[in-house]
Amino acid sequence: MWKGDYLFLLQNLIVKDFKIRYRNMSLGVFWSLLNPLVMMAALTFVFTAVFPNNQIENFPIFVLCGLVPFNFFTVAWQNGTISVANNAGLIKRVPVPREIVPIATVLSTCVHLGIQIGLLLALVVVFGRGVNWNWLWLPVVWGLEILFVCGLTLMTSALDVYIRDVRYVVESACTLLFWMVPVFYAIHSVPQGYANLYQFNPLAALILALRTILIDGDSPTPTLLLKLTFSSTLVFALGLFVFHRLKRQFFDYL
Amino acid sequence: MKVIELQNVNKTFHRSGGQKLLRHYLEDILGKADPERFFALKDVSFSVRDGESVAVIGANGAGKSTLLSLVTGLVPPSTGSVTVSGRAAALLDLGSGFHPDLTGRENIILNASLLGFSRKQAHDLYDAIVEFSELDDFIKEPLRTYSNGMMLRLAFSVAVNLDPEILIIDEVLAVGDQKFQAKCTEKIFEIRNQGKTILCVSHVSPTLRELCDRALWLDHGQLVMDGPIRDVIEAYEGRLTRQA
Repeated sequence: MWKGDYLFLLQNLIVKDFKIRYRNMSLGVFWSLLNPLVMMAALTFVFTAVFPNNQIENFPIFVLCGLVPFNFFTVAWQNGTISVANNAGLIKRVPVPREIVPIATVLSTCVHLGIQIGLLLALVVVFGRGVNWNWLWLPVVWGLEILFVCGLTLMTSALDVYIRDVRYVVESACTLLFWMVPVFYAIHSVPQGYANLYQFNPLAALILALRTILIDGDSPTPTLLLKLTFSSTLVFALGLFVFHRLKRQFFDYL
Repeated sequence: MKVIELQNVNKTFHRSGGQKLLRHYLEDILGKADPERFFALKDVSFSVRDGESVAVIGANGAGKSTLLSLVTGLVPPSTGSVTVSGRAAALLDLGSGFHPDLTGRENIILNASLLGFSRKQAHDLYDAIVEFSELDDFIKEPLRTYSNGMMLRLAFSVAVNLDPEILIIDEVLAVGDQKFQAKCTEKIFEIRNQGKTILCVSHVSPTLRELCDRALWLDHGQLVMDGPIRDVIEAYEGRLTRQA
């Protein structure tokens, strides 16, 4: 069996993904900034000029608090889902621990995430919301989010080996999610009964927490943190379990 | 000391050829599909001692590559047990962990980590790999600019220079031009003479006879003969002539 240096391998796989994505791009890492900025501008135009919405102040950073987690979530989940099937050559020829392939794909997306979080924080300061102590919560909520995406990706990437349609299911789910998480609307516009459910969705919970921390300058509520922790760890544990069960047969189906 | 041991190993595959659609799974659950499976390996048992070099021979589809996949730990047996102690480096498809957009250097480091090496070991072995591959300045270029021969040279250099305890070779002795081939063969002999274990799948050739002391003959997934290479090849070729 494979008894190697996990961290060195993980690091190499992450660097590989990152280099491949940007090596042949003239604008390089700048693309990580351009995409959320363009979306932010478009949504701000729609919801301040076309459908004026006077309840939400500082709409650009409000919507960016939604877009950055949403982008990370969809890109990481979609790329992660196809990662095992797309790396068939590796899986069938090198006895590396299989879990490392989807996890490295998710973590390589975190490099862009770092850049986008930098953009978000910079804009928050530009819009006059200063730095406050509650920013210390940011690593906690982001960490839980990454854990959640890893769990989800472990599940779907393993299933995708057996049934390739899974990648399209994930793609559709992501399109749907744009409307089902509060990216461009506030949670208090959602009827109370539904709003409680939103907190169980780690993506929605993260967006709510970001707004509380960055715009209101408050700490996230304990119930929200608990629900976020609960669902993220549950999904991660489930993901590991499913992947472990399914990986034995990967060779036969790739 | 036994470094490779297989006990009553069976490996079956679905006849459907791997990829299944959702309806096939539903048919399985509903019990409609016939559970047709074929044996890639059937009740195979053997062991290899430290320092032995063993050839695996047999016709196409006899289960040779499946056997190597089992020993490399890529796939678990359907029943039976496979025990391997020591680091095995497999020369299966050469360059399977390579990426065309990365440079030769980046690919060497990536491949070393895939094979289980630490950062320090990878950097220590780097110079020997580059020197063996004879790629010189090309090592800084992306792999897609390499010719096929250059790529194989790099892959071979990585695999053999990473100091494997067990070297697993799958018909990849024909790498690069004649000069490089000779160098590869020489390197494999050198590894053998260092007392490393070698498991080699290949067509019968003079090199194979010289390299290995023992041979396993697989036929339709079954181990039909296990003995000194001279005897096994004689029996194997005798069978072929009788069939012809």
